[in-house]
Amino acid sequence: MSDFLDLFSLPFMQRALLAALLTGLAAPAIGTFLVQRRLALLGDGLGHVAVTGVAIGLLTNTSPTWTAVVVAVLGAVLIEVIRERGHTNGDVALALLFYGGLAAGVLITGLAGQGAAQLQAYLFGSLTSITAGDVWFTFGLTVVLLVATLGLLPQLFAVSSDPDFARVAGLRVRSYNLLIAVLAAVTVTVAMRTVGLLLVSALMVVPVATSQQLARSFRTTIAGAMVIGVVAALGGLLLSAALSFRATVAPGPTIVLLALAMFASTWPIGVWLRRRRRLLSPFPSVEVHTHTVTDEHPHEHGADCGHPAVPHEDHVDYVHDGHRHAVHGEHYDEH
Amino acid sequence: MPVRPAAPPVEVRDGSVAIGGRPVLRGIDLTVRSGEFLALMGANGSGKSTLVRAVTGLLPMTGGGIALFGTPYADFRDWQRVGYVPQRSSAATGVPATVWEVVASGRITRRRPFRPLSREDRRAIGDAIDVVGLSARSGLGVSQLSGGQQQRVLIARALAGQPDLLVLDEPTAGVDLGNQRALADALATFKARGATIVLVAHELGPMAPLIDRAVVMRDGRIAYDGPALDEEDAHGHHHPLAGSHDHVPHVGSPLDELDGGR
Repeated sequence: MSDFLDLFSLPFMQRALLAALLTGLAAPAIGTFLVQRRLALLGDGLGHVAVTGVAIGLLTNTSPTWTAVVVAVLGAVLIEVIRERGHTNGDVALALLFYGGLAAGVLITGLAGQGAAQLQAYLFGSLTSITAGDVWFTFGLTVVLLVATLGLLPQLFAVSSDPDFARVAGLRVRSYNLLIAVLAAVTVTVAMRTVGLLLVSALMVVPVATSQQLARSFRTTIAGAMVIGVVAALGGLLLSAALSFRATVAPGPTIVLLALAMFASTWPIGVWLRRRRRLLSPFPSVEVHTHTVTDEHPHEHGADCGHPAVPHEDHVDYVHDGHRHAVHGEHYDEH
Repeated sequence: MPVRPAAPPVEVRDGSVAIGGRPVLRGIDLTVRSGEFLALMGANGSGKSTLVRAVTGLLPMTGGGIALFGTPYADFRDWQRVGYVPQRSSAATGVPATVWEVVASGRITRRRPFRPLSREDRRAIGDAIDVVGLSARSGLGVSQLSGGQQQRVLIARALAGQPDLLVLDEPTAGVDLGNQRALADALATFKARGATIVLVAHELGPMAPLIDRAVVMRDGRIAYDGPALDEEDAHGHHHPLAGSHDHVPHVGSPLDELDGGR
């Protein structure tokens, strides 16, 4: 245990914790808008494109982080253009990027004379090799990302939920779509060192999927997703550090699996909540002229009787065994 | 009675629209007067949705001109004066959102970036939800509502921007009678405030008494323009307008009759 606590005094561990915290905040913030636009896999596509960027960095001996940012942003612009021109649907455009990016990346890394090991640090993350410069870079990009997504939340919400409406409302929909894609590209490169390019999308999507099991408003979803993102990123890092005394446990996959475990544990709650909401949503008011009294009814309905009390006009109907029973004087009516 | 003696909210002169090179609308002349409730009717594929998409700027015109509130389309910037209800079956998206949040997004026409909602914004949002009769449900998720209630949410979203002109693209399609009545009530309230309404509809139902003027589209042209028709007239004999004859070749498949172009 003291070995574990000693880890916190190590500079590389402190840097890794900071990077994980920032990534956990940023990725779900932009991921919420991707899920809203039903483009959950965009992050994955951009991650694959960024592999080419990393490879170019390795080939030219420049910082792979910067070349990855440039190539991922170019890929984001390209995918928006393909989507908007409408010749290919978003799904196919994403697939084209997936394969092109990954193939070119592996090919160029080979040309650079670098082995798979060098690329692996970017594909699956290497939190422990992060420098102080990397942390500042991550910090800067996270601030830009949070200011843009939270500051422009009403605009991005309108554009993502209904582009036609947003255009008639006078918003420059194309610019906002491009902004979302570019921010996603930036996030991919921010998260590259933490969870790796191939797992980036998980940190953008899984916290959102977890959060929307419990939330019913957009604001709660995005805030919840950011909290879950931070918990998963920090928790996954600490878990992998604690386990690394016994076996080789990489932080990236641990973070993603922890996020998935959180989803798996909230999912049944979400199913139950949705079922309960549907059960308790008010019955429509319809003019009825018949008056049907229930048969002999030994049970007495009340606030604590256990049967769902569903609002119906000015009273409540108690639901049980497919019947809707409403109190009427001394007896119950069938509604 | 028009509130302002202003320019007509919508004015289309000899408008035509082509989609992918195929002429869809030809020779459209349409002026919507201030304070008018106009119903745009016609069969599927007659071009009524295309016309409102051209008026709202979602489709480019290939010929002729549009002016909104007296300003030619290219110079028009006052988009907060136009409220639009697109043709959608649901107000829900990939992420949960409450009724209040969806309606609040309609306020976007009057908000500057990076500014919080003002008290005036909140009042307008609350009022819009009230007009469509969903105040009791403003905290519910939109996906929990029925299809008809979701259409009311979309109308409230357009109303939240306090537009002078409201354009609705088939809000009544597949909506039960009770919700159609609620929609009609909301539009009646809105009309009483002096706003102009353009409604694309297949059938009018409870809206019928509100309609000032009906325009019937047929094969991309205006086939009738006049007082609201009852059901039999609309589906019976049409009285074509004495319009100019054009020489645009009409595109049709071998089995189509080419009599639509007159």
